[in-house]
Amino acid sequence: MSVRRLAKEQPASWDFASDTLDKANWWIAKYPAERKQSAVIPILWLIQKQDGWVCEPAIRKLAEMLGMPVIRVLEVVTFYTMFQLEPVGKAALIQVCGTTPCALRGANELMAMCASKLGPKDHITPDGLFTWQEVECLGACVNAPMAQINDYYYEDLTVETLGQIIDDFKAGKSPQPGSYAGRHTSEPAGGALTLTDPKLFDGSKAKKIKIPNAPEPA
Amino acid sequence: MVGILEDKDRIFTNLYGLHDWGLEGAKQRGAWNGTKDILSFGRQWIIDNTKASGLRGRGGAGFSTGLKWSFMPKEVREGRPHYLVVNADESEPGTCKDREIMRHDPHLFLEGCLVASFAMQAQACYIYIRGEYVLERERMEAAVKQAYEAKLIGKNNIHGWPFDLYLHHGAGAYICGEETALLESLEGKKGQPRLKPPFPAGAGLYGCPTTVNNVESIAVVPTILRRGAEWFAGFGRPNNTGTKLFCISGHVEKPCNVEEAMSIPFRQLIEDHCGGIRGGWSNLKAVIPGGSSVRMIPAEACEDLFMDFDALSALKSGLGTAAVIVMDKSTDLIKAIARISYFYKHESCGQCTPCREGTGWMWRVMERMAKGEADPKEIDTLLEVTTQIEGHTICALGDAAAWPIQGLFRHFRPEVEARIAQYRSGKPFVQGHTLAAE
Repeated sequence: MSVRRLAKEQPASWDFASDTLDKANWWIAKYPAERKQSAVIPILWLIQKQDGWVCEPAIRKLAEMLGMPVIRVLEVVTFYTMFQLEPVGKAALIQVCGTTPCALRGANELMAMCASKLGPKDHITPDGLFTWQEVECLGACVNAPMAQINDYYYEDLTVETLGQIIDDFKAGKSPQPGSYAGRHTSEPAGGALTLTDPKLFDGSKAKKIKIPNAPEPA
Repeated sequence: MVGILEDKDRIFTNLYGLHDWGLEGAKQRGAWNGTKDILSFGRQWIIDNTKASGLRGRGGAGFSTGLKWSFMPKEVREGRPHYLVVNADESEPGTCKDREIMRHDPHLFLEGCLVASFAMQAQACYIYIRGEYVLERERMEAAVKQAYEAKLIGKNNIHGWPFDLYLHHGAGAYICGEETALLESLEGKKGQPRLKPPFPAGAGLYGCPTTVNNVESIAVVPTILRRGAEWFAGFGRPNNTGTKLFCISGHVEKPCNVEEAMSIPFRQLIEDHCGGIRGGWSNLKAVIPGGSSVRMIPAEACEDLFMDFDALSALKSGLGTAAVIVMDKSTDLIKAIARISYFYKHESCGQCTPCREGTGWMWRVMERMAKGEADPKEIDTLLEVTTQIEGHTICALGDAAAWPIQGLFRHFRPEVEARIAQYRSGKPFVQGHTLAAE
C-alpha cells in the first residue's frame, strides 16, 4: 500500500469548468440511474485534467454531485495512485516506469538523470515546470524503458532522448509521443518479421463467408 | 518463415498498427464478417464451439472461456440484467498485449464483445481500461462511435441483439485487474477484492450475474467461430490450444509483441522473433515466463521448453499472460526480484493482513539481501513467511507476491548466500556492530 494524504494547502473553493461538467454528465449517463457513483473515478480524472491535481473542495463538490458521502470519495482519491494530491509541474508530469522489465533495460539510469536534472522525485521543480515520479508498470514492456509524460507514452528511451524531451518541454514545445528508437510500435526493431503477407490486407477477407460447423437445421 | 504460425493463421493482423485501425480497415481484414450468421446459430452453439476450440482465458489463470460463459444463469430474471465486463486493466509487469488490441484492432474486440454478450444474454457490456492507457481509451472511444454509427452495436443494431457497450477507466491500481476488485472499482469504490463465493456469475456488477473476461479472450472469439473451432484447436499441444500473443521484454536483442502458436518452443520464440538473447543463447540466466507473478525458471530448463500452460506449470511456474521477461547473465537477479517485491508492496490493496504487512516485510528483507546485509538463516525465515502469505488472502495478490521470491530461492539460493557471505567477509562480525557504526 502507499500512504497518500491530501496536500496541506488547499484552495478555499472549487468549481467545475463548463466543459468538465458536460463531460462529467456524459460519464454519469453511462451507468444505471441509481448507480451514478460508478462515475466517480472518471470524473475525478476530469477534475485532475482541469487543474492538474485534485483538491479537497473538488472532492466535496463531487461527493455532492454523485450523492456519495465525502469519505467514500476521499477513499477513492487516496486509493488510486494516478490521482495527484498536490500541484504538479505545469509543463510536464514525467512518470518513469521503474518496474523490473523497464529496470532491466535502463530505467534506473533514466531516473538518475531525472534526479540530477530536475531534483528529487515527487517534488515540483522550483520553476514550477516539472514534477517527476517513479511509477509502477505502465504496460509497455516491450518498448522499455519508457515514461508517461502528461497523458502519453514515450518509449524506447535513453538518457539522451529523455533529456532532450525534457529540454523540449522546457522550451515550450510538445515532443511527439511514441518510440524514440525509430520503431513504429511494438514490432521488433528493424521492422516487422510477421504480418507481411499482402493477402491479409487485400480485402479478400471481407468477402462473404460461410460459417463452418453450422448447426443442422431443425 | 519465422516461428511456427503462418501469417494466414494470425488473428490480430494489425498488431503493429501498420494499417488502418478504423472500421473500414478492420472490415477489409475480416472483422464483422458473418457476425449475424454467428448470432443466428444461437447462444448454445457459440458456447459449445468456444469450448470445443479449447480456448483458455488469456488473462493469466487459463480457465476455459466457454465453460466460464456456461456458468451464467440460463434465464434472465426480472430486475437482474446480465453483464459482460471486459478486463482491460492490463498491468501485470511484462504484459503489453491488450494495449495493442485496443489501439490497433479495436473492431475485432468490439465484435467479440457483441458475440460474448449475446452468448450470455447480456445487453450491456462494460470495458474497464486501465487509467494510464489514455491513447488506447481515446482509440476505443472512437471505434465504439464508429460501431454505433454503423449500427453494428446499439439498441437497434443490424445484428438483432439490442446491446450497449460502455467504456470505463481506472486510475492506476494493479489490484483492479482482479475480477472482483475490478467490479468494486466499476461500482465507484476502492478496488478491494470480494470474497468468493458468491462468484460474479451469481452476483457480480451491481449484484447482477456478470462474467469478467480478458480482452484477448474476447477478441479472439469471432475469428475462432468464423474459421471453426477445429482450426483454433489445431495449434499447440492438447489442452493448450490456439494462438497466443507473446510479449517478450528484457534482455533480448529485439523485444517485441508477436502472435504465435501456443506451445512454441521457447528457444524458437526468442531466436526467430527477437533476434536471440543479448550476447547469445549461452548468456541466458533466467526467464520469468508469464508476467512478474510467476516463478522464474533458470536457463537450463529453457533448452527444450514449450511455452504453454501445462509445460510451465510442470516446472512450478506458469504461462500467466505470456509476458516473457528475459534476464541475461549481467542481471542482478536478487535486485530484480526485490524490485518486483516493491511492486507488490506498492500494489497491495491493504485488505488482508498477511498481504498488507507481508508484502512490505518481504520487500524490506529482499532489499537487504540484494546488498547482502542479512543473516543466512533469514532465507528460511523469508521462505516460511512467503508460505504464510500464499493462500491466506482473499485474492491471488498474496500468492503473486510470494511466488517470485520462492522462484528465486528455488533456483538461485547459492547466489544469495554468496552475496551475504561476501558482504560479511568485508566486515568484522561483532554483535551490535551496525549500531556502533552509526
